[in-house]
Amino acid sequence: MVNRLGELERAAMDVLWDRGEPVAVREVVRALSDRDLAYTTVMTVLNRLVKKGFVRREAGEGRAWYYAPVASREEYVARLMLDALSLTGDRETALAHFAQSMSAPEAEALSQALDER
Amino acid sequence: MNAALHLVATLALCTVVAGPLAGARWVWRAPRTGILLWQMLGLTWVMSVVGLLLALGLAPYDAPIPVALGRWVADAVRGDVTPLAVLVVLGLLSALDLLIGLLWTWWSVLRVRRRHRDVLALVARRDDAAPGALVLDHPHVVAYCVPSARSVVVLSSGALTALTKDQLDAVLGHEHAHGRERHDLVLLPFSALCAVLPKVRLVRSVAQAVALLVEMRADESASLRHGAVPLAAALRRFSAVRPPEGALGAVALGAADIAVEARLDRLAGLPPLPPVLRWSVLVAGLVLVSTPASFLVF
Repeated sequence: MVNRLGELERAAMDVLWDRGEPVAVREVVRALSDRDLAYTTVMTVLNRLVKKGFVRREAGEGRAWYYAPVASREEYVARLMLDALSLTGDRETALAHFAQSMSAPEAEALSQALDER
Repeated sequence: MNAALHLVATLALCTVVAGPLAGARWVWRAPRTGILLWQMLGLTWVMSVVGLLLALGLAPYDAPIPVALGRWVADAVRGDVTPLAVLVVLGLLSALDLLIGLLWTWWSVLRVRRRHRDVLALVARRDDAAPGALVLDHPHVVAYCVPSARSVVVLSSGALTALTKDQLDAVLGHEHAHGRERHDLVLLPFSALCAVLPKVRLVRSVAQAVALLVEMRADESASLRHGAVPLAAALRRFSAVRPPEGALGAVALGAADIAVEARLDRLAGLPPLPPVLRWSVLVAGLVLVSTPASFLVF
């Protein structure tokens, strides 16, 4: 299921998560130097992530754009878990799950933590 | 009037049968037959409601519904409308409502799923311990299937540590059965009915009964390949991690707990329904569904 672009998106996302601060395209290129990627390729990947809502783009020093993840990796995992446990309204048929393992209070806490963001 | 009487009868029969069938244990012994029966009952019910409204509204034409509907439209265009038109319009609107409900439910499910897949692509990983599945690093014990033409099975790392190899295979078998047999499409019309008629408790309990049968069908498929014992053990493992909810006072057993109990019961050795009975059920369902269908088509 992982095509090349998907795999690059994932790699770029990992770089952004590791840095923990907004970074410019060239820094991502440098971090992924072992893949020998063109600057424009990395920019395309980052802009795709912006379009999908995973990454925020902000103006930095000079004319460069800086990129930062919208949410942490843990938050995304937590959201998937909520989906999987069908705890959010109209999502009941989105996924078929084996069994639920989260207690109601725990799920409530998780749900609230995500809402407060 | 003949059509209306028949439709009232099928409507009444469906409604009367639905309650007891939703609580019946014998369908657990043949989950696939049970699912088919519910699909036929649901279709009969919907066609009967729409058909009954049309039959009553079109009664003055004294003709089969499709013919009468054609004449009614022609008359209505000419401005020749009787008070009974209210029923015809109501019938057409309810058909439209159900169709829109179905499309809307489908679309919103597809949207959630697409987003889910996008996120999975970023944070899930492959693991040799669970070939063919994606793994999410999270301590909770969770396994699920994201259904589509190319369904994906997802496990939490918590599930990987909590389950033995046999149990894991059984769980993966269960999830792959969901994906292979597109159980999401089975559930879809029933969820749509719930969305269209949110206040009707019977509709909700029917949807829950179908959801349980779908789980049981996946259990059946998994236990044929991997054995009922590891599957039951995995199921117990999944529900056992759920901490007691005593802190909030006496909480009634949730629907999910009841479903797990029922599935364990079934795995513990409910014998499959004999073929004669299975076929009788299916034939009865076909007879039922053909009644409203014949009035709406011919």
